[in-house]
Order: sequence, then structure tokens, then C-alpha cells
Amino acid sequence: MSVLVVIECANGEVKKSSLEAASYGSKVAADLGTTATAVAIGDVQPDALKGLGEQGITKVLLDNDKRLHDFVGAAYVKVIAKAAEQENSSVIVLSNSNIGAAIGSRLAVKLIASLATNVVSLPQINGSTFTVRRGVFSGKAFSEVELTSDKKIIAVKKNALEFDTTAGATATVENFSADLSDADFVAAPKETIKQSGDILLTEAEVVVSGGRGLKGPENWHLIEELAKTLGAATACSKPVADVGWRPHHEHVGQTGITVSPNLYIAVGISGAIQHLAGVNSSKVIVVINKDPEAPFFKAADYGIVGDALEIVPKLIEAAKAL
Amino acid sequence: MKILVCISNVPDTTTKITFTPDGKSFNTAGVQFVINPYDEYALTRAIELKEAQGGTVTVLNVGEADTEPNIRKALAIGADDAIRVNIKPTDAFLVAQQIAHYAKEGGYDLILMGRESIDYNGFQVHGMVGELMGIPTIAPAMKLDVNGSTATLEREIEGGKEIIEVALPLVASAQQPMSEPRIPNMRGIMTARTKPLQVVEPVGQEAKTSVQKYELPPAKSGVKMIPAENAGELIKLLRNEAKVL
Repeated sequence: MSVLVVIECANGEVKKSSLEAASYGSKVAADLGTTATAVAIGDVQPDALKGLGEQGITKVLLDNDKRLHDFVGAAYVKVIAKAAEQENSSVIVLSNSNIGAAIGSRLAVKLIASLATNVVSLPQINGSTFTVRRGVFSGKAFSEVELTSDKKIIAVKKNALEFDTTAGATATVENFSADLSDADFVAAPKETIKQSGDILLTEAEVVVSGGRGLKGPENWHLIEELAKTLGAATACSKPVADVGWRPHHEHVGQTGITVSPNLYIAVGISGAIQHLAGVNSSKVIVVINKDPEAPFFKAADYGIVGDALEIVPKLIEAAKAL
Repeated sequence: MKILVCISNVPDTTTKITFTPDGKSFNTAGVQFVINPYDEYALTRAIELKEAQGGTVTVLNVGEADTEPNIRKALAIGADDAIRVNIKPTDAFLVAQQIAHYAKEGGYDLILMGRESIDYNGFQVHGMVGELMGIPTIAPAMKLDVNGSTATLEREIEGGKEIIEVALPLVASAQQPMSEPRIPNMRGIMTARTKPLQVVEPVGQEAKTSVQKYELPPAKSGVKMIPAENAGELIKLLRNEAKVL
């Protein structure tokens, strides 16, 4: 029995959400009296993986088959399933990303395992019962879910848990290979289009988001400048994406992207319940709106009543002075 | 082309979420249920593909009889027929098992659904269906086109997108901007009444998770207002008090 953590990498580095998953997996392993191994797939150097020791990982299995540098669900699942079999893993921990959730669902069928996504707590293990807390109703509630199969898969929500580090600890890295065939790559991407220079919205610690209170796309430079000064990602409300001021991949809310940064700054967004659903697990929410009755103020930690076009330049100035 | 669109029945997006006093179930009193918004993107795209290229669109819902008004709405929007698997959907595996069984039986070229339901937010069913059927799953897909027996999809990845070409059959889950959902017109509503809605029994009931209780998050302690003329003060508070900068 062991715990296996799936590590996602970007630009040769381990993603922060995977560091959180590694820390989570190590704690579960300690609770179960076993060790945590990681499996890393794709474009990453072994040296970048040794640091996972700081999150309590003892060993990393690395499959850097070039064909895996892009995400291909069937192939990734095959590699992870083989690693889980080799390590006799009863618990598999993933990040609750698009990739993590896509892997988790296929893996659950392959390994005949229980799967919980969007998990925000360490498991409560009591005899044979194994229960986790997860976000439901688009962040408006939580559920306690018992995972009833022998094998369990957990996708951990980003930023939901504090994670510990042990400075200087290193993990050993071993090359690993699954017997992949061309059939595993039938859904491989033909082309990948990356946005350059942006901070990933789903990974960002700070998000600056704009709504119709910005009055038009010509004023968006204010959101971008504040975000740049704070090292933040930019986002927008659904009406702004719908009218084409901003692309849909920046739309945060119930039917858009769900974010849980340390700080979410909403500028000119009234706070419809569907928008709140996408942001209400942010640690601190700031709302700037000219309408003092805007519902978003009820969910906010800090608020300013005023015109976005007058307030944001003052914030930029103050942020530059930090 | 035969397309299967799986829809779920979810509380309207403006619903204030509450639970029964024992915390065991969602309180449905006074709640309006709608087609899951992500599933509507899948449904509309399926109907667009049918209108452009011919074929049929079947709607499948795993749920009890109270979901039928929304199944009829899907028929009014333009689906040709519907299947309801008569079981309460308590677990993603249980739902995926039903869909995979009836999808195999129907020999569909495309199986579409939303990326997740807005109530249980599992993001699980599409991947499970793909694995149970042994066919590719593309999730989440922002665009979908079909040319003969090949589909071209845009999949969202963090910080960008991928273009994928894959042979049918496949499973895809939808998100914006795949399509613009339609409102049924009067003619659609009238014809939906006569379209076939087949009720079938579940195949196995193999749930792998069990919800013990639900809880609401703790209430916020209240907002600290900063006068607009001192807006810059906010930045200092975020650094020194909230410690998030």
C-alpha cells in the first residue's frame, strides 16, 4: 500500500498546484503509515523534481517520453495506472485542474476506484471509512463524501490547504516507462496555442477582474496595469465576455472559470450570484463599485464605493509606491 | 450522424442553496430546476451539427420522473427523441455506467455533455463514459466541428488551447464558447409533446461514493469600507492587515 501523487509540469517546472498535491499526498501517506511516491509525466528535468522532497515525496517516477509533452488523456492514464500498479498504490492524489480531473475520471474506471474532485480537506480516516470534504454547488456549499472502493483517487483544489515544506529534503528520481503504443495517442493535439507572457488565471495568487463598470474595452488598460503592478492575472465577468470586450477564457463565474486565489479584486462587477459562484472561495475579496447597493459588497472583505475609472489609477499609484 | 447528448437537471443558477435540517440532502422546496447550463452548450452544438449535416440528436437523462419537463424542453429546442434512465443520480460512476450502456446500445457517433454539472461539480462523467466505452474523451472542448468521420475540437488548456483531430466515435464535454444556447419557440414546444421519450430501467447501481452530509460555508464577517478619496489606503491594508500582497 502506498500513496501516489501525479505531478503536472509547465515550462520544465513543477506547477504550484502539484506542490500542493504532493504535500497533501505526503500527509495522507503519514496518516496511513506509508510513503508517498510521485509520478511526473512530460517536459521536465529530473533536477526540478528532486525538490519534491521538500513536500515529503521520497521517490519520483519520471516518464519523459516526448509524445507525452502534450497532454493525451489515454496515454497519461496508462502511465499512471502502471505506476500505481508497480507501487501498489491505494490512494492517488491529483490537482483539481482540467488535466487532473480528466485523468481522474478515466483512472477511476481503469482501477475501479472511488473518485472525489474539488477536495478541500485532508481525509478523515476512521477504521474502514475514508471521508473527504469537497466543494459543491459551484462553491456555495460543501459535502462530506465517503470513498467506498478499496482504491481512492482525490483531486485537490488549488489553494484550499496550507502546505508544509522541509527545506533541503530531496527526492530520488527514477526513469519510468509504460508500454505505450500509437493507439494511445489517437487523440494527441495537432497544434498547441499558448498565450504568451500572461500569468495563468487558474494558478494566480492575485486576480484583478473587470466588469461592465469599466464602461468599454478601451478602458481595459487600467485592469491590465493594476494586474501587472500586483503580479496578478486578469479576468472578467460574463457580460464582458459575452459582448466581446474580453475573450471567453478570462470569464470567471458559474459557467466560466472557477478561481480560488489569495486575493480577488473585482472592479465594476455587481456580483450576480453566478459570478460569486466562481470566486467565493478566494481568501480575500475586494469590491470596487459605484453602486453602494451592489450585492458583491456582501461577499467582500474590503470595499470602495466609487467610479472604477477614478479609483483604479489611485490603486495603481499606491501599488507602485509599495 | 447519430448524436447522443446527456443532460442533467440542476437548480436554477440564481438558487439560494439550503439543505434539509439533518444536512443529508439538498432542500428542493421552491427550487426551479433547469437543464445544466454546460449541457445546453452541448445540446445546441449537436442541433447545429444536425441542421448542417443531417442525422439525429437523442437526449439522455439519468433521473427520476421529475426531470421530464427539462427533457421536453430539450426536445422543444430541437432534439429528435429522448431516453430517461429511471434512477436517482447519486454518484458519477453510477451515471456514467448508465450512459455508457445506452450509448453502446444506440451506436452513436458523438456523445456530448457539459464539462460538469453546476450542482455536484464532479467533472467526472465524460471521462468515465469514454473509458467505459474504450473511446477518446476530449474535455473540456470549446469548439467542435465534424467532417465526415473526423472531428476537430479545441480543448482548453491552462494558458491556451489545443487543436485536436480525432476519428469518431468520441465523447466530448462542452464549455463556452461552443455555442449560444437557444430558447424554445412555440412550434418547438408543441412538437416536443409528440416526440418519443423512452423510459428505461438502470443497468446496475454501482455507486463508488456516498455523501454523508452537506454544509454551507461560514458567513463572511462583514466588509471593511474604504472612502473613495483614500483608495490608495486599500493597498496598504491588503499588505499589512490581510497580508495578501
